[in-house]
Amino acid sequence: MKSDIRGRIIKDRIFKSLVTLLVFVSLLPLLLILYYITKNGISVINWEFLTQLPRPIGEAGGGVFNAIVGSIMLIIISSVFSIPFGITAGIYLSEKKEGKLCNIVRLCVVVLQGTPSIVIGIIAYIWIVAPIQSFSAFSGGIALGIMMLPVIIKTTEETLKLIPYQLKEASLALGVPYYKTILKVILPAGLSGILTGILLSVARITGETAPLLFTAFGNQFMNYNILKPIDSLPYRIFYYAMSPYPEWHAFAWGASFILVVVVLGFNLIARGIAIKWKVQF
Amino acid sequence: MTSVDRSERNFTKILTISAIIIIVLLLAVFLTLVIASLPSIKTFGLKFFFGKTWDASAEKFGALPFLVGTLLTSFLSLLISIPFSISISIFLGEYLKEGPIPTFLRSSIEVLAGIPSVIYGLWGLFFLMPFVRSLEVLFGTAPHGVGILTSALVLAIMIIPFSASIGREVITLVPSDLKEAAYSLGATRFEVIKNIIIPYARSGIIAGILLALGRAIGETMAVTMLIGNSNFLPTSIFSPANTMASVIANEFAEATGITASSLMYVGLVLFLVTMVVNIMGTYIIKKVSIEASKEVT
Amino acid sequence: MESTILRIEDFSAYFGENQILKDINLSTSKNLVTTLMGPSGCGKTTLIRCVNRMHELIPGTKVSGKIYLQNKDIYEMEPIILRRQIGMVFQKPNPFPTMSIYDNVIAGYKLNGIRLGKDEFDKIVERSLKNAALWDEVKNSLYRKGTFLSGGQQQRLCIARALAMNPEILLLDEPTSALDPKSTTQIEELIVELKKTTTMLLVTHNIAQAARVSDYTAFLYLGELVEFGLTEKMFTVPKDKRTEEYLTGKFG
Repeated sequence: MKSDIRGRIIKDRIFKSLVTLLVFVSLLPLLLILYYITKNGISVINWEFLTQLPRPIGEAGGGVFNAIVGSIMLIIISSVFSIPFGITAGIYLSEKKEGKLCNIVRLCVVVLQGTPSIVIGIIAYIWIVAPIQSFSAFSGGIALGIMMLPVIIKTTEETLKLIPYQLKEASLALGVPYYKTILKVILPAGLSGILTGILLSVARITGETAPLLFTAFGNQFMNYNILKPIDSLPYRIFYYAMSPYPEWHAFAWGASFILVVVVLGFNLIARGIAIKWKVQF
Repeated sequence: MTSVDRSERNFTKILTISAIIIIVLLLAVFLTLVIASLPSIKTFGLKFFFGKTWDASAEKFGALPFLVGTLLTSFLSLLISIPFSISISIFLGEYLKEGPIPTFLRSSIEVLAGIPSVIYGLWGLFFLMPFVRSLEVLFGTAPHGVGILTSALVLAIMIIPFSASIGREVITLVPSDLKEAAYSLGATRFEVIKNIIIPYARSGIIAGILLALGRAIGETMAVTMLIGNSNFLPTSIFSPANTMASVIANEFAEATGITASSLMYVGLVLFLVTMVVNIMGTYIIKKVSIEASKEVT
Repeated sequence: MESTILRIEDFSAYFGENQILKDINLSTSKNLVTTLMGPSGCGKTTLIRCVNRMHELIPGTKVSGKIYLQNKDIYEMEPIILRRQIGMVFQKPNPFPTMSIYDNVIAGYKLNGIRLGKDEFDKIVERSLKNAALWDEVKNSLYRKGTFLSGGQQQRLCIARALAMNPEILLLDEPTSALDPKSTTQIEELIVELKKTTTMLLVTHNIAQAARVSDYTAFLYLGELVEFGLTEKMFTVPKDKRTEEYLTGKFG
């Protein structure tokens, strides 16, 4: 009996050590990636890098200004498209709660969220790029917007579901019509959660490349026209990384550093809003 | 009808319309894929999935290399990642739930999940590629550095956060009175985990793995950068290859005619496969949370 | 009776197949407190919610009979218009968390898009908060959000919000159930004070509270109006055996 217990205790200890070991090993890649990005990226970043356009290979210097501007434009286009739809659909789901239409919509949101980004890219290509015979920022924005929709819908629904019914009651008892109650009382109360959802989805699409491969396409030059191809940080990283030139590899690290800072920044702000602006009931 | 009534009706209409638009959107996505792949479906039919040759000049297209490529990379990445993600789930769900270390761990997992795919690819090119190359030299195979193994490795890192967080949640859902009963009978922690917690949380853990699988199957950029872009059937884990996602990424921009249609066909298959996996995973999670909330009352 | 503000005639309410209220006949008089009293499930909450037609917000409900507010059939009116004439205070204080105290008091105006000058609003806010016995405690923090207030203060804020609309009648649905004893006393004192200017319909499961504040009491049991009359009379010489049993604590 005694050795039996000894054996079991040893197994217990070994298991715990194994689990702990695996946990910390899994953190290694993260540390390595962040270390590499910072080490290789920071040395490349300077004012020129942030404000100049790319130079052809052979010429030193240049920057990723067009990619930064392009990313900003894509974020704006996709947000304009997805935020209104996403929020209204989210309100619908949180108000209707049950019903055939409701359940079908929820299923669609799940499927849409799991759809690979490259498939969304193909769709945007067929819908927008092919008909006008040109790659464009607009098509890229639409593709990214479709990817933002599920997250915005889900977080809106979840945030609004958490708002206690009493709030609605108080407003209705004052004689406020239903639609005003939703717009002026319920939505403001859920604002922090909804904003968090929006910021998280923006963070996600800022780093997406696949849907842009056949839509926004990339552009060596500066472009403000949404009907023409446009560059973006992830695309530039991809383009430079796959090239054979070490100078461009260094730029890829630099652009990666910027991208990681931006994406993590959005995530942090989203968490901050979720905590600080949270409405108490 | 008063103006208030009209505003009420319009408001409800707008809500319902936006809901319908979502459904229409998804249907449109599906239909577009089907219509675009029709020429290829008509030419190759179901033999598409068994054809080993993908030759644009000969206009002969078979998707087997990519199906195999996808299967190999996804399942290999799952295999590599599962021990790690389950360890994280158990660690955070059972051993150390509160405090600075778990918070740090949880934040790190979130950061890991937030890093864009293309950056994983970039890092993989400069870190994983040399590593795999030296492995290949060790094993005496051609030192490509890129291929199935490399992509599987980077995929494994990318999907750890997904299965880990779902796993952790289901493990914390295990009722404490069950655990207490086991401890009071003299079980060690390992035994409680092995015999009580894991079986109870099994469905949730499987759901997490399914969702991670769905992510791995659809992952494009990091894989495209590390898989070697070969349209031949992979022969070993060191072979360069292509997945369904990466072949589209590599070839679509210049594809026309039946080539483009065949790529769409691949896209359609990719869409359907990820859809099924995701629905299964979500359905299981829903069932698990409904059962858990019943337990609480 | 003095002028009747609210008249309920042969009123029944249903939820699906269940009949919650059976042929209620009842009226409330100006500047008096009428209390609906009875054990849980007797229908008192349903009845009060029918008065401002909040009951019909739940799907599956049906009503029959008539309710008149100032001699107007409430089922012939737009519910929104009706609710602007009736004030309601709920069991759990529910000030709007995103609005300041000032905005909470005039929320009925603001949300309905009724625009008055800032001076008008200032006057309304001060008057309502004074009537709700809250003015002195918040007059220096009118523009702060109301979430720092205690439960009793929040409830008085809700009363001020309801009073700001100058309602014909104020409905109070168990207004002190969620409050501590001290706040409960404050609210009861406020109700007695408000009698001078406001007609009130009160729901409570607290017999002693009914005895303390109300002029008329209606005892409901299993959806029926068992007895209705002057509180003093009913509590000392109840006419119905069931009333007596309830008052002496035999059930409920």
